[in-house]
Amino acid sequence: MRATRVMKAFRPSRRTWLVAMLVLALALTVTAAASGCGGTEETATTSVVQSDLVLASTTSTQDSGLFDTLIPAFNAVYPQYTVKVVAVGSGEALKLGETGDADVLLVHSPAAEKIFMDNGFGLERKAVMYNDFIIVGPAADPAKIKGMTVAADAFAAIAKAEATFFSRGDDSGTNAKEKTIWKAANVTPSGAWYQTTGQGMGETLTITDQKGGYTLADRATYLSKKASLQLEILVEGDKALYNQYHVITVKAAKNGQGGIDFMNWIASDSVQKDLIATFGADKFGQPLFVPNAGQVE
Amino acid sequence: MSVFWDAIKQAVALVVSGDSYVFGVMWMSLRVAGTATLLGMVVGIPIGSWLALRRFWGWGAAATVLNVGLMLPPVVVGLFVFLLLSRQGPLGSLSLLYSPTAMIIAEFFITAPVIAAITMGGVGSVPKEVRLQAMGLGASRWQTTWLVLREARVTLLSGIVAGFGAAISEVGAVRMVGGNLSVNGHNMTGTMTTATMALVTQGNYAMAVAFGLILLLLAFVITFVLTRTQQGIRRRWLQS
Repeated sequence: MRATRVMKAFRPSRRTWLVAMLVLALALTVTAAASGCGGTEETATTSVVQSDLVLASTTSTQDSGLFDTLIPAFNAVYPQYTVKVVAVGSGEALKLGETGDADVLLVHSPAAEKIFMDNGFGLERKAVMYNDFIIVGPAADPAKIKGMTVAADAFAAIAKAEATFFSRGDDSGTNAKEKTIWKAANVTPSGAWYQTTGQGMGETLTITDQKGGYTLADRATYLSKKASLQLEILVEGDKALYNQYHVITVKAAKNGQGGIDFMNWIASDSVQKDLIATFGADKFGQPLFVPNAGQVE
Repeated sequence: MSVFWDAIKQAVALVVSGDSYVFGVMWMSLRVAGTATLLGMVVGIPIGSWLALRRFWGWGAAATVLNVGLMLPPVVVGLFVFLLLSRQGPLGSLSLLYSPTAMIIAEFFITAPVIAAITMGGVGSVPKEVRLQAMGLGASRWQTTWLVLREARVTLLSGIVAGFGAAISEVGAVRMVGGNLSVNGHNMTGTMTTATMALVTQGNYAMAVAFGLILLLLAFVITFVLTRTQQGIRRRWLQS
């Protein structure tokens, strides 16, 4: 009967079954061994009680790869914390701080941070590092903003030319900075050319690159993605593009001590000079962040 | 629990108020998944039934490849379509990336294999006697094939629903090729799934829950209709 012939064609022979089972068993043992090995190594060197430390930070610090350097270094000094980095926009990070879903924040949205502190959600707020924002766009530069020194002027030119501009639109620090520049330019961006992605810096840069538009980006994320982008830096250096990061310990934190330890660690001299000041220098030819703990408010 | 109730209350309010962004996103989801499923049917049902009814050299390999379609990771499809349509890719000059068309293409490659594989299984399970009897009574090849498809319509229907379900619930692939773009609060390329992801990272839980509820409702309604239809077919078959 055709039906059974069809079904028999799909039923593997006994040998095929055996081989498939063997491969599956092998794969499972290898994965178990790999994770098991990692686990025993950890408990062998650190017989301390692990506690979770939730660090809510911006997508820009995550996308630049800074945490891949910082977190292991932090764990070397404080092995008792299992750091969970939640990379969301600064707005969302501050919300997580309000509800205690995060223990410590690393954000770059100063106006929103001040409101956060004024409302009593934070314990302490310290400056950590700064870098800058840049306006990136296609080499063809239809809005002719290349070399402009005032960010607001560049934005005004983009609006006038109705050149495609991608906004993150996600309440992040970058988005907040973008809104201040539009305000300074006296422009309310609207129209088919002003598009919102609702996503992080990395994704927004990809979309901007693929569509040949303009966007505001932090230098760190841009440099870390540069190899896959055709976008160019068109405007930089304006004081308005200054990008300051702060670390904030949170009142409602579940792991308050962990938050305080992280804050003190990241503001400490050795971390500032050895880790942050040099991060990215070998890979990108220039450090991505400039440490300034204790130098500014 | 209050966070759930607050979100649900705000979600219902959004839907009832006819929020244009919410409805724009809902329509985009349905339109993209619907178009992809229709195209998937047009391509998948013929391929599936052809592989079920005909034999040729290399049939075993072809059937195996088709069955892989049931387990194909959608994110791989998304990556493939993204690279295909990106500026550096072979179809980059068409500027299709981050458009509804790109999303339909990605979802097509997700639904078509599902529909084809399930069709192949369903049509292959129709007893050979049906074909022999039809041909014996003088039916042409096309008439016979149509008859076999009718016999397998219960399975075909669940294949189509499975394909649609895979399409409308896809997140990763759609996000990669769609970009979740909006202009002035009007949705351009966001679907319920990708919009939900973005809304959660922005902390807009109310709207995210609204989309979640709509998706659940849609799944429930479609499954309900499908089950009733299948029961109807079975009842009539039993009575015949």
